[in-house]
Amino acid sequence: MPTYIARRVLESLPVLFLVITICFFLLRLAPGGPFSQEVDIPAATLARMEAHYGLDRPLPAQYLSYLGNLTKGDLGPSYHYPTRTVNEIIRDHLPVSLELGLWGLLIALVIGILVGLVAMIRPNSWLDSVPMGGAMLGICLPTFVLGPLLILVFSLWLGWFNATGWNTAGDRVLPALTLGLFFAAYIARLTRGGLREVIRQDFIRTARAKGLPEHLVLGKHALRPGILPALAFLGPAAAGLLTGSFVVETVFHIPGLGREFVNAAFNRDYTLVLGVVILYSVMILIFNLLVDVGQVLLNPRQRFE
Amino acid sequence: MNASPPTAATLPHRSPGRLAWERLRANRAAMTGLVFLTLFSGLCIVGPWISPYSFQEQPRIVEGATPPDASHWLGTDHRGRDLATRLFHGGRISLMVGLLATAVSLTIGVVYGAVSGFIGGKTDSLMMRFVDILYALPFTVFVILLMVFFGRSLVLLFLAIGAVEWLTMARIVRGQVLSLKQRAFVEASRVLGQHPGKLLSRHVLPNAAGPIIVYTTLTIPNVMLLEAFVSFLGLGVQPPMSSLGLLINDGASSMESAPWLLLVPGTAFALTLFSLNFLGDGLRDAFDPKEER
Repeated sequence: MPTYIARRVLESLPVLFLVITICFFLLRLAPGGPFSQEVDIPAATLARMEAHYGLDRPLPAQYLSYLGNLTKGDLGPSYHYPTRTVNEIIRDHLPVSLELGLWGLLIALVIGILVGLVAMIRPNSWLDSVPMGGAMLGICLPTFVLGPLLILVFSLWLGWFNATGWNTAGDRVLPALTLGLFFAAYIARLTRGGLREVIRQDFIRTARAKGLPEHLVLGKHALRPGILPALAFLGPAAAGLLTGSFVVETVFHIPGLGREFVNAAFNRDYTLVLGVVILYSVMILIFNLLVDVGQVLLNPRQRFE
Repeated sequence: MNASPPTAATLPHRSPGRLAWERLRANRAAMTGLVFLTLFSGLCIVGPWISPYSFQEQPRIVEGATPPDASHWLGTDHRGRDLATRLFHGGRISLMVGLLATAVSLTIGVVYGAVSGFIGGKTDSLMMRFVDILYALPFTVFVILLMVFFGRSLVLLFLAIGAVEWLTMARIVRGQVLSLKQRAFVEASRVLGQHPGKLLSRHVLPNAAGPIIVYTTLTIPNVMLLEAFVSFLGLGVQPPMSSLGLLINDGASSMESAPWLLLVPGTAFALTLFSLNFLGDGLRDAFDPKEER
C-alpha cells in the first residue's frame, strides 16, 4: 500500500503542474487586470502599482518566479487586499469552509446510507418508494433553490434559526443541510442500488439460512460491499461539496473561502484565484486517493495496482 | 405481464427501438416526466410570443412586486415585470443552453470515447488515463474562471459547460466500442475492406445508440444545473435577459416580501430536473431490460 500511495502522489504532481500552468496563463491572457476596475487611475500610478507587484515583467519571468515562490509555500500577495497575502486569506477563511464541508459530508453520509438501508428493508413497498422519492426530490433541488427555501421556511416563517451568519452552533444547521442533502440523496440511491446487487448473492442467502437476524444481514454483511458504489461517488462528491459551498456561503453570508474565491474572480485578484484553485485541486486529489484506498480496504478482492 | 407468455410465432416482429418505446410507455414516472417536459418546453417556446408583455417591459414599474392576479398570472417581480413571461423566456434560455451544451459534450464525448476504444492498446490506455486525471479536477471552478475572464456570453457559456461535461460520455462510449469491436459483424466488415472511419460510424456507433441516448438524457439536467449555478452566481446569463438560475437568484434576494418570486422559478426548475431524471431512468430501463428496477 505505501508504494501505491507514493506512486499516486507522484502521478498527481504533473497534473497539479498542468493545472497551475493552464490557470496562470488563462488568467493573464484574459482582458482586464486587477487594477483596471478602479475608476480613473492615472497612468503613472497604474504603472507604479504594476511595477510594485512585478506585473510589468514579461509573462514567462512572472510565471517562473510564481513557481519559485510556490515551492516555498508562498502564494504571493493579494492584489485586491493590499495589506494581506494569499496565505493569510486562506488561513483565515479555509477553516470556515472546511467546517461547513465536513458537516455537509457527515450529513450526506449518515442520511444517505441510512435512507438507502431503510429502502432495502422491504424493497418495492412504501418503505422503499417513500424514501427513494424523497431522494429523487433531493437530487432535483439544487443548493441555490434549497438554501433560500430552508431560510424561507425555518428562519422567516418559523423563526427557528438565523437566516444568515456563522456565529452560533445553530447557524451551522441550515447551511450544512443545504450543502449535504443533495449528496445524501445521491448516496441514498447509490447505496440502495449497491445493496440490491449484493442481496442476491449466495453469501447473503447463507447468512439468512444460518438464522442471522435481518438487521445483521443487511447492516453487517450486505452493507460492507454494498456501499462501494456510494464510496466511489465520494471523490466527485468532495469536489461538489467544495464548489457547492460557493453557493451556500453566498446564500447564508458565511465568511468562507468559496465566497472569497468568487469575489476574487470578479476582482481579478490573480494570485488569490490561483491560490484557491491550487488548494482545491490538491484537496480533491488527496480525497480521491483516500477514496481509492478505502475502496480496496473494503473490498478484499480488489488489489492495489 | 400477460398470464400466458406469447410464443415467438404469435408475436408480431418488433424492432428493438419499438420494444424500448413500449417499455417506456409502461413506466408511469417517465411518461409523466415526458408530458411535463413537452408542456413546459412548449410553453417556453410559445409563451413569450403570445404573452401581452415582453420579458423586459415593466407594466407595474410603480407597484413593483405584486402577487399573482388576473392580469399577471404569476405576479410581477420587484421591477414590475411580468413573472410568467420572464419564467418562459428564462426557461427557453435555460433549455436552449442545456441542449446546446449537451450537444457539445455529446460530440466531444462520443468522438473521444469511440476513437479511444476503437484504436485500443496503448493509445486507449493513455487517452483514458487523461480522462481519469480530468475527473479529479474542480471543473466548476474552471467554468467560473472562463465566464469571469472571457466575458459573459451565451456562446461561451454552453461551450464551457459542454467542454467539462463530456468525461462520463467518453467512458461509456469507449466501453461500448470496446465490446462491439469484438463482434462478428465488425470483423466481417473489416475483412470486406471497409474503411475504419466508416466502419466506426456506420456499424459500431449505431449499435451503441441506446446507452448514448440514455446518458444524453441524464446529461441535460446536469448541464442545466451547472448553467443555473453559474447564472445564480451572476456569471452566466446577464440581465435583463432571464434564465431559471437568474430568476431564482432574484427571487432569493426578495423572498421575505415576495416569496412567489422564489417559489415559482424554483418549482419550475425542480420539476424540469425531476422530469429529465425520471425520463432518463425510464429510458435506461427501457433500453436495458435485464436490469430490473
